[in-house]
Amino acid sequence: MTHRNERTLSVGALARVEGEGAMYVRVDGSTVQEVRLDIYEPPRFFEAFLRGRSYTEPPDITARICGICPVAYQMSACRAIEDACGVTVDGSLNDLRRLLYCGEWIESHALHIYLLHAPDFLGYPSAIDLARADRALIERGLRLKKAGNTVMETLGGRAIHPVNVRVGGFYRTPSPTELRPLAETLRHALDDALATVRWAAGLDFPDFSHDHEYLALTTDDRYPLESGTPRTTGGRSFTADGFEHHVVETPVPHSTALHARLTDGALYMTGPLARFSLNRDRLPPIAAQVAADAGLGAECRNPFQSIVVRAVEIVCAVEEALRLISTYRPPERPHVPVPPKAGVGHGVTEAPRGLLYHRYDLDAQGRITIARIVPPTSQNQAAIEDDLRRFVAARLDLDDSALTRACERAIRNYDPCISCSTHFLDLTVDRR
Amino acid sequence: MDATRPTLAVWKFASCDGCQLTLLDCEDELLTLAGEVEIAHFLEASDEVAPGPYDVSLVEGSITTPDDAERIRHVREVSGTLITIGACATAGGVQALRNFADVREFASLVYASPEYVATLDTSTPISAHVRVDFELQGCPIDRRQLLEVLSAFLMGRKPNISQHPVCFECKRRGNVCVMVAHGTPCLGPITHAGCGAICPAYGRGCYGCFGPSPNWSDGRPNTRGLVPWLDMTPDETERVLSTFNVAAFREEDHELRQPDTRGTDDDPPE
Repeated sequence: MTHRNERTLSVGALARVEGEGAMYVRVDGSTVQEVRLDIYEPPRFFEAFLRGRSYTEPPDITARICGICPVAYQMSACRAIEDACGVTVDGSLNDLRRLLYCGEWIESHALHIYLLHAPDFLGYPSAIDLARADRALIERGLRLKKAGNTVMETLGGRAIHPVNVRVGGFYRTPSPTELRPLAETLRHALDDALATVRWAAGLDFPDFSHDHEYLALTTDDRYPLESGTPRTTGGRSFTADGFEHHVVETPVPHSTALHARLTDGALYMTGPLARFSLNRDRLPPIAAQVAADAGLGAECRNPFQSIVVRAVEIVCAVEEALRLISTYRPPERPHVPVPPKAGVGHGVTEAPRGLLYHRYDLDAQGRITIARIVPPTSQNQAAIEDDLRRFVAARLDLDDSALTRACERAIRNYDPCISCSTHFLDLTVDRR
Repeated sequence: MDATRPTLAVWKFASCDGCQLTLLDCEDELLTLAGEVEIAHFLEASDEVAPGPYDVSLVEGSITTPDDAERIRHVREVSGTLITIGACATAGGVQALRNFADVREFASLVYASPEYVATLDTSTPISAHVRVDFELQGCPIDRRQLLEVLSAFLMGRKPNISQHPVCFECKRRGNVCVMVAHGTPCLGPITHAGCGAICPAYGRGCYGCFGPSPNWSDGRPNTRGLVPWLDMTPDETERVLSTFNVAAFREEDHELRQPDTRGTDDDPPE
């Protein structure tokens, strides 16, 4: 046996993640010295060029941060700007926002479960290869994804960078008749979503868990999407305007993303696991039942099981969308007036990948003087690196290529959206 | 490997992933397409990368770093046909707003330690660096147009992509003109068709996300003719032209500041 005290592993370009990144692992003997997620998504400077723009522009401009979750950016931007201007959007207009957001959750989660994540569990390099072995499985995923896109196209005009969202509401709101065919699509999608949970619950999950503090929005009565109060499993609770007092972002040399921690230095995680663990009792009835059937407890702390939680969240989003359509009464007007006002506004909503924070400072004419955006992936990066350090330490007996594959798979559990890291993966394992 | 099927590669530069997502959004056609072509390099969808060269490459994103300026040359070398998809790859994207600002100041504002950030002063389209065989406009591109372009190149014919402005699609869709009927400023007359005139159908003016339409006598849209009809302040006009295709519309914006040499056919509304 060759003497192998130190080794490095390297994944040059992480596949099946949104955006670009690499991973570097340095092992000294039996000790993992360093684990880094290298984010090499080129910086695009949204927060800089938003300065001087009109307060009406962030919903369209920040949507372009991420083609996978543009609605999340539009929703957090609208909430922050309306907060700055002292306007509240509620009633049917808020219901329509929630319906649009349900569409994005269905689309984004179906994309991740079937096209990005499922090949890992079933041992294929891609969903296309998997489809050659099990075409019906991938077709089910594509049907679900299309149902989500149909919701976004109906309400937003198109699925990527919807055009119908504006500060105060919408440009045009649908008639109940326009939403009726959507309900038919969603009733079929509910069957596909339930089948997805049952299928995902039957997969093999590596034994792994973490105990990071979880951060998610919570509401009094519903599973959080377009609104809520940030809360953690550690008992912290704060309003949107307290976000920057509770979360600190610091730059790291290997990444164009910033690393976020809670102010006492605690690692935390946002996203489906956090959302589910803090809001399990607020799932709508069918989603709550299927979560129990799938064996999910009060909390979920195994990142590999995130595929089951995402599937439950699809059921939740479909169920919610159906409820919102059945109770829909068209609003009196498509948007409420939002006159500009000098001030600072904060907005938090639940993007498919987790909590998304926006803040805008406006002058009296409504021009943006400061913009700040904290996306989910940059909040999760430090916790992901911590998980990977322990994950690698328990698998040092694997050879480099097996360990590399295991790490790539572990990273995809978090559905990292690197494009969103306004401020992600190659795997390198360095064994010494 | 099936040697008889053409190979397709998808590449990403500075962008939001939305245009390559459009390929995965072809839910009804994706598996059929995967039967017709070998998807040989598509990191967003597969961790198996077949070695090049590739028959067709789709390139998303703009060039904003020294490494990417090198990487696009490699992509050109290994690609038979290179097609750029979206506003970033064809015009530099919204991140080209840096071209008209101080990028160091931008970096110092967004990143506490800007020395960790490698970036160029400009965001430039792929065509500024290598030969491009076809450019598909849009922020994001349209799914039907993407399928048409892919089909055309796989069949060895010219893509049937209309060069008309959005107005043509708007009329065909049966929309009421938002500018004539409601006085809503609309960039439809100078914007490349392809979206299906979505914004006017939702009661809003076109905001130019497909970039300038070239189909006028001198190959450029008559922006000067449109501007008086928009009834916007110069500041508003500059902002509406300075978004997702800022570098492409900038030429138009610059022209607006020059003495009138082209004239207009109509007087603006009172």
